[in-house]
This record gives sequence, C-alpha cells and structure tokens, in this order.
Amino acid sequence: MSAEVRQIKTAAEEALAEAFSARKAALARDPLAAQREAAFRRFAAEGLPHRRVEDWKYTDLRALMREAKPLAGPPDAAGIARAKDAGRLLRDVEARRIVLVDGVFVPELSDFAALEAGVTIGSMAQALAAGDAEIVDRIGTVAPTDDVAAALNTAFMGDGVVLRIADGVTLARPIHLVFAYTASAAAAVFARSLVVIGKGARATLIESHEGPDDLDYQVNNALELSIGNDAKVDHIKIGTEGSRALHISTLMAALGAHGELNDLSFTTGGAVVRNQLNLRYAGEGATATIAGASLIKGRQHVDTTMVVDHVVRGGTGRELFKSVLDGESHAVFQGKIIVRPGAQQTDARMMTRALLLSEAAEADNKPELEIFADDVQCGHGATAGALDHDLLFYLKARGIPAHEAEALLIQAFVGEVLETIARDDLRGALSDAATAWLQARG
Amino acid sequence: MEPDERAAKGLFLAFQYPLEIPGVATMTFLRTALNAQRRKRGEAELSTPEFMKKVRVAAGKLDIDQEMLRRGVNVGFSGGEKKRNEILQMALLEPRLAVLDETDSGLDIDALRIVADGVNHLRSPQRSMVVITHYQRLLNYIVPDVVHVLSKGRIVKTGGKELALELEARGYAQFQEEAA
Repeated sequence: MSAEVRQIKTAAEEALAEAFSARKAALARDPLAAQREAAFRRFAAEGLPHRRVEDWKYTDLRALMREAKPLAGPPDAAGIARAKDAGRLLRDVEARRIVLVDGVFVPELSDFAALEAGVTIGSMAQALAAGDAEIVDRIGTVAPTDDVAAALNTAFMGDGVVLRIADGVTLARPIHLVFAYTASAAAAVFARSLVVIGKGARATLIESHEGPDDLDYQVNNALELSIGNDAKVDHIKIGTEGSRALHISTLMAALGAHGELNDLSFTTGGAVVRNQLNLRYAGEGATATIAGASLIKGRQHVDTTMVVDHVVRGGTGRELFKSVLDGESHAVFQGKIIVRPGAQQTDARMMTRALLLSEAAEADNKPELEIFADDVQCGHGATAGALDHDLLFYLKARGIPAHEAEALLIQAFVGEVLETIARDDLRGALSDAATAWLQARG
Repeated sequence: MEPDERAAKGLFLAFQYPLEIPGVATMTFLRTALNAQRRKRGEAELSTPEFMKKVRVAAGKLDIDQEMLRRGVNVGFSGGEKKRNEILQMALLEPRLAVLDETDSGLDIDALRIVADGVNHLRSPQRSMVVITHYQRLLNYIVPDVVHVLSKGRIVKTGGKELALELEARGYAQFQEEAA
C-alpha cells in the first residue's frame, strides 16, 4: 500500500494539470519539452503558492486565483483590429512598436521600418518551432528562478518576442513591446520573451500591458533579459491591465561587467498584479537602478517581489519603490538583496515608501538582506504614512483647494520615481498617466 | 471657512517656519496657488507668458534667482531664502490682509533688509498688514503705523511706533502684571 500523501488540489490546480496534459501531444516535437515537463512537475509538487509560502506570504495566489482560465487561442481578425489602438498611453513617444495580441507576436501590427543593422526581432514560437539552438539553449538560463509562477510560464509559454541587439549597436529609438489582451472571453495568456543585448550596446525597451475592464483574464508573462558587458539598458514596464485582470510577470535579468540597467515599473491597472524581478549581477562593476511606482485604488492588489543577487564584486544597486494607495487597495513590497562571498565592495540601497490615502488601504513591506561578504555597503528603509497635514495646510493657506493640494503632493511623491527615467517624452507620458489617475480619483 | 477659501478672500499668512515641499517646483506651486485663487474669485486664469512675467518682476525685486524657482518649494533654501520666498508669494497673491508671523526670526541683517524692502513695496491703502515680532529691530525697517502689545492673547496696550521703542528700553514685564 502506498503511504503517499495526496494533496487536495484546487479547481485551478486541476484545470492547469488538465491543460498541461492536453497540451503535451502538441508539444511532442518542442525543443523545450523536457524543460516544460520539469517545470510543470515543480508546479504539480508545490501547487499554487499560498500564504504559508514565504515568498508569497502577502499574495495568496491559491485564494486569489479561484479558477485557471483556458489557454487563449490565436487572436482572430477582430482581436487584431482592436489591438491597433493599444499602447495609446505612449502615443507621444517616438518608439518602434512591436505588438503582441493575446500573447501572440503580430508582425502586421509591428514596425520594422529602418531596423538598425545588428538588430533582429522575431517570434518566440517560430524560433522554437525552427529549433533555433541559440534560443533553446538560452531559455531559462539568464537568471534562473525556482519560483512556481515562473515555472508555470515555462510549462505553458506559447509565443513572445525574441529580440537580439548585436555588440556595440545603439538603438535609434526605443522598442515598445505592446501586450494587448483582446479576446472576447476570459482566457489565460502565457508569453515568454528573450532579449539579448550585446556588449556595449545601448537600448531603451518599453513593455506595456493592457486589456478590457470587463473580463477576468489571466496573464502570466515572463521576460529574460541578458545585458552584455558595458551595455546600457533602460527597461520600463507599464501595467495598465483591465480592472478584473490577474497579471503575473517575471523579469529575469543578468547584468554583464560594467553594464547598466535602469528598470522602472509603473502600475495602475489589474485586480491582482504580481511583478517579480530576479536580477543577477553576472559581471563586476555593474550598476542597476530599479524603481517602481504603483497608483492603486478600490480592491486592487499589487505585489512587487524582487531578488537582487550580487554574485561578483563591485556592483551598485539603487532600489526605490513607491505606492499610492486609495480605497481598500493593498500594496506588497518584498525586496531581497543577496551579497555572495565574492561580491566585495557591493553598494546596495533599497528604499520603499507607501502613501496611504485611506484608512482601509494596506501596505506590506518586507526588505531582506543576506550578506555573505564583509566589505560592502547595504541599506534599506521603509515608510508608510498618510499625506503630511502641515504641508496640506501650507498649500491650502495659499488658496489651493484640498483636492488640488493632495494631487500636488501625490504627484510630487511619485515624481521622485519618475525622475529616474532618462527620456523626457517617456517621463512626461507617465507623469500624465499619474495625473489622469489623480483626476479619476475624483 | 477652509484655509483656501480664506486665502481666496484675500488673507495671507507668512509662515514663521515655511515648509519644504520636495518634488513640487516653486513655479508650479505659485502658478497653482495664483490660478486657484483667481478661479475662486471668478477671474480668468493667467496665461503662461503673463504668469512668467509677473513672477520675473516680483522675484527680481526680492533678489530671488530664477534657478531657485525651478527647485522644489523651499527645498535646500537658507532661512533668508525661505522668508524671501514667502514675501514673493505675498507679492504675487496680492492679499488684502497679510499676517507676517515672526518674519525676522532666523534672518541675518542683509536678509532682513531685503525682506523688509519687499514688505514695504507692498504697503498700500488697499492692504493691511499685521506684523508679529518680539524685537524692535524689524520695525526699524518696517515702520509700523500702530503697535499693539499682546499678553496672554489680549491686547494690553496700543500706541504709535514709539511704543515699540519704549518696549525695547523697558521690557515686557510691566504688561504681564497688568494682564494678570
């Protein structure tokens, strides 16, 4: 008789298991079949993460994800037509738009005009179908994580973007990956992208995510970002999913020697959002600025969970996260900085601030430092509080009505994060988005 | 009445300790305040060129650098710069009644002169000012029409500018007894 303990599976876990077995036949010749199988086994063993799993303590996915939606099919003509308008938030930013509809790369909506020499942009599904060895070998290796949500992405990933920028190439304009959900029913999208940036290259990479407010669709997006030595990359992620959407995204990034990454996430949309970042300092003397701003209300739940791994010496890291919370919204920040024994002279600072506009809003902060080297500077700070009454009084005493005074102070609070964006047009667009959020607050 | 409503009706308080507002540029702050008051009074908002011109003139008189106006309100300003910024706000908002709360505190003599000059420029029959101070020194520069002595929240003596000089010579002790 077997003494095996059987876990009770939730409906969502059952549905994911069924979806995976149904998909297996189609993936018989997939070059990642073994990786997918292993990833799914990890999920099957652990199930959906819940509050007793430390990394998911504040985001009980098992409770928040009651059902697993069916995998989204390829977009139809109507869906593609709807996606033409996507990414409007950045309409004033001169960028190369690469459009993914329901997770599927759509060349006819994408802009390949005057592509810089040394830059290739293509479909992940096509690269895998063609057995592109370089890509197959890279997938899952840039900054590996054993996170279960990332494992689900590996198991189910359909399409995505493969972007390669050769050594020494400077992009003339930013590349904007537009992720639009357009299906007419709620489904699940698993997109996986790989971006490889060569030595000394310079690039601005934007991704935006959006969808309708009336569907409880699910997105599990993952991006592997490999940054070569001496390369400089600005990566901006804009989360404006529909108000019922579940959005999980995992950024797995590796930073080469003396490379520079400026990462920023800006979130206003989605019912449940989990932004995961796994950053590995792979080469010495690299610099990263990681910033985030969330403006949320109602019952929105936005979780930022970050693991920054200093493997080698001389890395510099600056992390600044701010959330503005109204209604009964809930912001979570978990930031772990690991300094390995070889990572002497690491200089890492992490700051997280929450601005609570209502009594019912909640912000949870969990900074963690794991330091195994003895010649490092590491620090963290966390604050949560309401708007400063003295400042409000000062503004009101000058004739500024309460609501406008609050908006000015909130704008200033978020402004410190947006200031880390180098490009004026991009910073302006996000500042406008913050203003729009404040106006909608009423 | 809310503080912003009082301000729109022409009341201005120059703070003893003006606050720093990181992230809100002084220009944005001034423009928001001015236009909010104008809106409330049913007046048209100022256009950007009109506003800029007004600020340039007022800031010039107070020896305030344009660069300072681009920075966050009072952020990194010295005590004197903060007080000049208060007077700049008063000059732009053109109140009917201004209360200057210990405007002389924390000022060196040069800064005091600049601030006082700014205040004197704004004196007019259409505007009343209440200057609160513990010292005669400020009143050498801002010469008052009337001096009131307050003790325990009540006016205990009223006189001309010479009353302040008398106080400087004899102290406040006499009034504290009277008030009691």
